Amino acid sequence: MGEMKVTLCGIELDNPVIPASGTFGYGYEFAELYDINLLGTFSFKGTTRDPRFGNPTPRIAECYAGMINAVGLQNPGVEKVIAEELPKMRKCFHKKVMANVSGFSVEDYAYTCEKLDSCEEVGWLEVNVSCPNVHGGGMSFGTSPEAAEEVVRAVKKVTTKPVIVKLSPNVTDIVAIAKACEDAGADGISLINTMLGMRIDLRTKRPVIANKMGGFSGPAIFPVAVRMVYQVSHAVKIPVVGMGGVSTAEDVIEMMLAGATAVEVGAANLIDPFACKTIIEELPSVMEKYKINTLSEIIGGCQ
Amino acid sequence: MKQGFFQIAENVPLTDSVMRMRLLGDVSDITASGQFINIKLDGLYLRRPISVYDRDENSVTIVYKAVGKGTEQMRQMKEGTLDVLTGLGNGYDLSEAGERPLLIGGGVGVPPMYLLAKQLIAMGKKVSVILGFNTKSEIFCEEEFKALGADVTVTTVDGSYGVKGFVTSAMEGKDYTYFYTCGPEPMLKAVYGASKTSGQFSFEERMGCGFGACMGCSCKTLYGNKRICKDGPVLRKEEIIWEK
Repeated sequence: MGEMKVTLCGIELDNPVIPASGTFGYGYEFAELYDINLLGTFSFKGTTRDPRFGNPTPRIAECYAGMINAVGLQNPGVEKVIAEELPKMRKCFHKKVMANVSGFSVEDYAYTCEKLDSCEEVGWLEVNVSCPNVHGGGMSFGTSPEAAEEVVRAVKKVTTKPVIVKLSPNVTDIVAIAKACEDAGADGISLINTMLGMRIDLRTKRPVIANKMGGFSGPAIFPVAVRMVYQVSHAVKIPVVGMGGVSTAEDVIEMMLAGATAVEVGAANLIDPFACKTIIEELPSVMEKYKINTLSEIIGGCQ
Repeated sequence: MKQGFFQIAENVPLTDSVMRMRLLGDVSDITASGQFINIKLDGLYLRRPISVYDRDENSVTIVYKAVGKGTEQMRQMKEGTLDVLTGLGNGYDLSEAGERPLLIGGGVGVPPMYLLAKQLIAMGKKVSVILGFNTKSEIFCEEEFKALGADVTVTTVDGSYGVKGFVTSAMEGKDYTYFYTCGPEPMLKAVYGASKTSGQFSFEERMGCGFGACMGCSCKTLYGNKRICKDGPVLRKEEIIWEK
């Protein structure tokens, strides 16, 4: 059997498959279905300084080969996440987990990251500078190299854990933003977050989603994600975590060939709760089919 | 929750747009009335959540209205196998029914009342049911509820059959110890206002996953945020906050 181990910012993963934040809760819903310790790791629901209900409903819309969500970072706030959710998570997941963090000011990001820095089970901080759902907040950091840099510098000051910056695809030059994050001291880049989208109900002639717009995800965005992972991984030296529409073991390999060190799986978990388990189980045979002995050797293999 | 592949055993029309579909498969995770199943359909990304109408040892029956792409696609199906998630949602709590529970279903909110009525009658309760429709041609399942031994009142908005008006028009004269309801949100709100006892409400919301992972269908309650798919769809009268 082929070797699936990869190393992400100094921490070894049994395989590169990582459920993406917002599609896997804190793991325990999925732990009822299968042993989630077979995952490389997972990125838990985005955490903010204060509790958030998020956007009004409806927050979900169907699309061709995908979906739009405008959940709006619903979470109980960092204090409750640490006091209540992480202990529950620890009962079903024994590896290092990725903590996804969002904020509405540089201080917010630093505050939340500092709190999570004290959690032993947190291996990486995935700093979301790209959530498109929140008015006036998250979006702006990820769309300007200067703002992204400012967040990264502030976060790096309060933690010794690897900082992975999660980027938005809704920008003109993703490479410039990725480079700014690298220059500011980021340990890794993850991309892509959802693409800004919208659907209109023909019967009511109104947006399907109460928030009007939301993040488009699913297999439809996979080619865009592969392209951006390819561009960014060729421009920075730090590792890149690829995501966006990944649904199969073949998609994982394609992302790694584009330059991803590890691969996050998002919307697929919502359609098929066993998606990540299936991908991990199918990886060895797909590797064999394409004559890959060691998965880590194909990272950036497409020139 | 369980994922299973279910064989279509029956898919027949009850009205112009309402269908009854019986699916054969592993139903061991369907533990309560008021739960729903989530169906994957070819060419559509999100699963379609549909409430449980009835179940037996090896099958689950749903009664659904063809209103959109997904349910229209389901209506066309004659045979085949469907990828279905079962055992979703909390379902109704029967322990508070008292001796004379009242069940109020409106339109596509009628189906979950069937298994509930069946269970309550099996417990020896004296069950009254109010089924609300717009007009005579849209009525379904009246005879099925009667066959269970429930006291059935049908209301139609246009008065073409039964009691003229909304379900609340038929509630006034009823003597009941507790109530259970499912239907469109304006109806639920009206039932909330007209009810004389405590009760349970089943809510509907657009869902992403249907099993609590995406937070797509959250609502606020007096006891904090709840996910309609996982912590609901059934909420108690005492916890509901009407926002819309």
